[in-house]
Amino acid sequence: MTDKPRFRWHIVVFLAPAVLVYTAVMIYPLFNTLRLSLFTEVDQSRVFVGLQNFKTLFGDTVWSSQFWNALGNNFWFFIIHMLVQNPIGIALAAILSHPKLRFASFYRSAIFIPTILSFVIVGFAWKLILSPIWGIAPGMLDAVGLKSLYAPWLGKEAYALTTLSLVSVWQFVGIPMMLIYAALLSIPDEILEAAEVEGITGLAAFWKIKLPLILPSIGIISILTFVANFNAFDLIYAAQGALAGPDFSTDILGTFMYRTFFGFQLQLGDPHMGSTIASAMFAIILIGVCLYLFGIQSRMRRYQF
Amino acid sequence: MNVARQNRLNTYAAHGALILYVLIALFPVFVIVINSFKDRRSIFREPLALPNSESFSLIGYETVLKQGDFFLYFQNSMIVTVGSLFFILLFGAMAAFALAEYRFKGNTIMGLYLALGIMIPIRIGTVAILEMMVQTGLVNTLWALILVYTAQGLPLAVFILSEFMRQVSDDLKNAGRIDGLSEYRIFFSLVLPLVRPAMATVAVFNMIPIWNDLWFPLILAPAEEVKTLTLGSQVFIGQFVTDWNAVLSALSLAILPVMALYVIFSRQLIRGITSGAVK
Repeated sequence: MTDKPRFRWHIVVFLAPAVLVYTAVMIYPLFNTLRLSLFTEVDQSRVFVGLQNFKTLFGDTVWSSQFWNALGNNFWFFIIHMLVQNPIGIALAAILSHPKLRFASFYRSAIFIPTILSFVIVGFAWKLILSPIWGIAPGMLDAVGLKSLYAPWLGKEAYALTTLSLVSVWQFVGIPMMLIYAALLSIPDEILEAAEVEGITGLAAFWKIKLPLILPSIGIISILTFVANFNAFDLIYAAQGALAGPDFSTDILGTFMYRTFFGFQLQLGDPHMGSTIASAMFAIILIGVCLYLFGIQSRMRRYQF
Repeated sequence: MNVARQNRLNTYAAHGALILYVLIALFPVFVIVINSFKDRRSIFREPLALPNSESFSLIGYETVLKQGDFFLYFQNSMIVTVGSLFFILLFGAMAAFALAEYRFKGNTIMGLYLALGIMIPIRIGTVAILEMMVQTGLVNTLWALILVYTAQGLPLAVFILSEFMRQVSDDLKNAGRIDGLSEYRIFFSLVLPLVRPAMATVAVFNMIPIWNDLWFPLILAPAEEVKTLTLGSQVFIGQFVTDWNAVLSALSLAILPVMALYVIFSRQLIRGITSGAVK
């Protein structure tokens, strides 16, 4: 201990600002929120009630039906992203990564544009386009003779959530496209040339050689999609408002938490129930991330080039 | 089968698919912008037609600029975005340097601790963040937003920047030490200039989500004088739902700054993503 070099203060100076801000504004509030879920307010003072809030959330029929509705909707939201957004993103990336394709950078930049727009713009723009008042969507369907397919999708309980999920897919398809594109570019030419010598080209090369090599990237995209979807809020709020209408059919965990925390119409805001829902969201995201880290990523073979 | 012909067909198919998707991606933006320049009647009668001398009208823009305080909102968004980026880059680079350069007890643990925030969204802690901002009197100030976005951006910034700082040559730093430079001088005048490309990548990654965020402005800074452009346009459009000219113009005005940023930074953004900075 005695011949230890003098304490290196500069390390502390370099680390302190980041660690302080991160701890004070992110980690501490996170745990404080988990803690607040164990309290409730009685006569304007905070009272410890243990797991009572969770009992209300899962046991009380009014609360639990809202919670399961939001959770189910959230899963549907996620499933649509996995089934539509990621395959389209992979397909676009596969086409774009073709070495002799012209205008590739133009296509890439153009397809990425929706991703940079805010949810407010995207939500309202689609709301207007799909609106029966303006008539762009019915007009265009009419032009191809499919007018009978038109319905005011955002206003129908049966379609609203799927429609909004597809709008979100439209917005974010650029992200899987870019990440997969990067993964495809990093596959060394020798591997593809060796395959070509063996007579594996085109689609066969994609399925047999490229796809297995980009599986780790697909895993990353899946977990990014999962986390983003289970903490989504903005698009639903911008398009349908905090009530996530019609009749809560587009309610997801983010909007449910916002309504509970802030209150709406006649119901008063309740920070403790809000924290309870936030804790449930935290648990769901944690389970997803752990499943990915221990179940998928550790089993995936990493190829070293 | 003729291979050359097959190849040409494939190329056509590839371009066809890409053009189709580009149309799908750009169509809504296109429709909103062209209709914002038309009078009310033409918006409904010919929604897909370009504005011509007869239908051209700026009435929507007049309403927006008269009613909404868009310059103020824009200014607020700029302050929040630039301020957050400044702190993310400065604090992030400092912490990344400490983790990449020095061997000390707890280095790995500290790295893991800072990396936790990459996967866990900061929104989960909103209830307690709001409570803290109310207690410290920061609610309805731009500082509340800058602090939150800085905390949110730091984990990924530290992660990416420390990867890059490990690649800076030790010889250079040791030469600096022999010349008697302090560790701070080595960081600020030798290392920082070398990792500028990585800093630009981090900045571009953070810029768009901060500019577009609706959740924290709505909860931490809803007051009129601190509204960001995203929240301001959301509220404005909500109030003017039936005034189509105003809504379309407000949307177009909200699209404009992001598109300008994108045009300036798209090469940096795309290079950042494709260089594998997020792997």
